[in-house]
Amino acid sequence: MTDALWYFARGSGVVALVLLTIVVVLGIGSRSGRSVFGLPRFAVSLLHRNAALLAVVFLAGHVIGLLFDSYAQLRLFDLVVPFVGKYRPLWEGLGTVGFDLLVAIVVTSLLRNRLGAGVWRAVHWLAYLCWPVALLHGLGTGTDRGTWWLWTISLTCAGAVVAAVGWRVSPAFARFPARAERRVAPRLLEEASR
Amino acid sequence: MTRLHIDWTACDGRGLCTELLEEMLVEDEWGYPVSRDGTTEPVVPPPLEDAAKRAVDRCPMLALKLVRR
Amino acid sequence: MNSVLAAQTLLTAGDGGLDDHLSRYGRLPSLDGSQIVGLARDAELTGRGGGGFPMWRKLAAVAAAGTPAVVIANGAEGEPVSGKDRLLLTRKPHLVLDGLHLVALATGARAAHLYAPAALLPRLRESLAARGRAGLDKLPVTLTAAPDAFVSGEESAVASAIAGRGAVPADKRVRLVETGTLVQNVETLAHLALIARYGAGWFLSSGTFLATVSGAVARPSVVEARYGVPLGDLIGAAGGATENLRAVLVGGYHGGWVPADPALPVTREALAPFGAAPGAGVVVALPAHACGLVETAKITQYLAGQVAGQCGPCVNGLPRIAGTLADLAAGRPRPGLPGEAARLAALVTGRGACRHPDGTARLVLSAMRAFEADVAAHLNGRCLATGGRL
Ligand SMILES: Cc1cc2nc3c(=O)[nH]c(=O)nc-3n(C[C@H](O)[C@H](O)[C@H](O)COP(=O)(O)O)c2cc1C
Ligand code: SF4
Ligand code: SF4
Repeated sequence: MTDALWYFARGSGVVALVLLTIVVVLGIGSRSGRSVFGLPRFAVSLLHRNAALLAVVFLAGHVIGLLFDSYAQLRLFDLVVPFVGKYRPLWEGLGTVGFDLLVAIVVTSLLRNRLGAGVWRAVHWLAYLCWPVALLHGLGTGTDRGTWWLWTISLTCAGAVVAAVGWRVSPAFARFPARAERRVAPRLLEEASR
Repeated sequence: MTRLHIDWTACDGRGLCTELLEEMLVEDEWGYPVSRDGTTEPVVPPPLEDAAKRAVDRCPMLALKLVRR
Repeated sequence: MNSVLAAQTLLTAGDGGLDDHLSRYGRLPSLDGSQIVGLARDAELTGRGGGGFPMWRKLAAVAAAGTPAVVIANGAEGEPVSGKDRLLLTRKPHLVLDGLHLVALATGARAAHLYAPAALLPRLRESLAARGRAGLDKLPVTLTAAPDAFVSGEESAVASAIAGRGAVPADKRVRLVETGTLVQNVETLAHLALIARYGAGWFLSSGTFLATVSGAVARPSVVEARYGVPLGDLIGAAGGATENLRAVLVGGYHGGWVPADPALPVTREALAPFGAAPGAGVVVALPAHACGLVETAKITQYLAGQVAGQCGPCVNGLPRIAGTLADLAAGRPRPGLPGEAARLAALVTGRGACRHPDGTARLVLSAMRAFEADVAAHLNGRCLATGGRL
């Protein structure tokens, strides 16, 4: 029984990491305003969202599995407060950080219409922190650490995200490079700041 | 009547709405939506209301709103 | 009587002081809110900030908004070729403040604001202090400086500046009046102050508007006249044209070019065929030796530089329109050039948080009509105004 739980927890953790990678890449893709992998923009955006929700499901499986696992000795408390766990507190703590960040990102996204675009976007930037934290957590903890297959998966994920971010910051990213930047004219704010 | 309102201070020309509502919107040369009928707040015909709701929901900048006037 | 000089009610000499004001006009009669709305309606008082919207409708909408109302006197006068609001605030600040007091009463406002260029604020502060000493206003008036920018007087920019967020126009999904905010031009308020004293009938027969007349005239100045005044009389009141005129810009940088016809009445109806309107009363006379396309290109360049920077179609479209007009003015023909200006004008219209793109488009479209022959000549490398090759 415990073994089954342990395998389940490990497996769902890895799947969640792969899904999160897909989410980040699709997120960057939909930010570009281009069609990605031949998909229309709205499909990229929908896939981004659905992959994120699926990642949450697997992550929940990962966490629940560990809560009931006698070896990891995860407590509910550890889901909220990082680095105080009993089992490899540093690496497990990274998992907690990643989990909390993801919860924040997903919850603000679901409540986007109520929170407003400003709050939502600010929190969404945390994705760039959430993903590497999740990757490190996977590499540093768990029974599978150091196995060739986990390294392969992790490196592939890292490669995908690095490539997407590289594209994001390159001039080729914008679909309308000639488009003028939207920025409030400073002269309108002058009196207010005095 | 249901109309589609675009908050131009928010729209970043990401072009999702022009795909989801291509019956009503096209992109201008900078990627910002233009209503096909040339009006500022185009009327949403009843058969397109679901598509319009989807566009409102999926706009990454929350720039779209359905208004009744 | 010459309709320009009829009843100089707003511009009569005045030192701006409260004693002068009270001896000239007396105190405001005591009126209740619905009486004030009724007076504005019966007098058919329209806004003088450019839009020409009936004031009473705005008063009624703000009063009905169901939130504590805020009233704002808009003296920003961002338009560079307008000077009437500044003159009014210098010469007759108490008429404006009376008007502000009246709209506060009409809307049940909890706060009143006067928004004006920073240079005018010290004297306005004295005016307010004098009123306080005389026990005139129950509702205190807050002064706010208007940044020196074309869009700083746009109504939602005004409301934003008052709230301390900078003079930045806002989206209008919910109309400003529905939020309980009333923004009125200072001249509109001054007229209301006179209507309260002399009645709606008086205004219908003797009410005026202020016009800022400049360009090729002997004495560029602010003149007072009645709607319907022939264009020639307005220009005459500013000392007359200094030479033959090619065209006249009416309504300011968001207005339209009309022929230099002295008999043309300055009314909404008579100007509409030219895509112009009295607007905020700006009149610029273009001399015969100047090229209307060059002038329009300059104005468009200025307007493109004054965008608030928020809305994609405006931020991208206005500089493109300006570039197109610059090419036309300089006779750099490229395929489809005149049509391009009209296409872009239509493209930006209605696609901004404020009407800055609409106003710019209006000016450009009117120039394309008024200077049609010049466009054809420029495309052939000639300029009709200078008579030479481009
Ligand atoms: C770009 C732009 C600039 C404007 N600038 C002014 C201004 O400087 N002063 C003004 O009174 N109204 C200005 N307006 C008009 C205001 O939005 C508003 O209609 C007016 O202040 C309302 O007052 P009224 O109804 O008494 O005219 C501007 C409008 C636009 C679109
Ligand atoms: S989806 Fe939203 S941000 Fe994108 S173009 Fe349409 S309105 Fe603008
Ligand atoms: S329409 Fe233009 S001027 Fe008006 S708010 Fe938008 S960017 Fe600014």
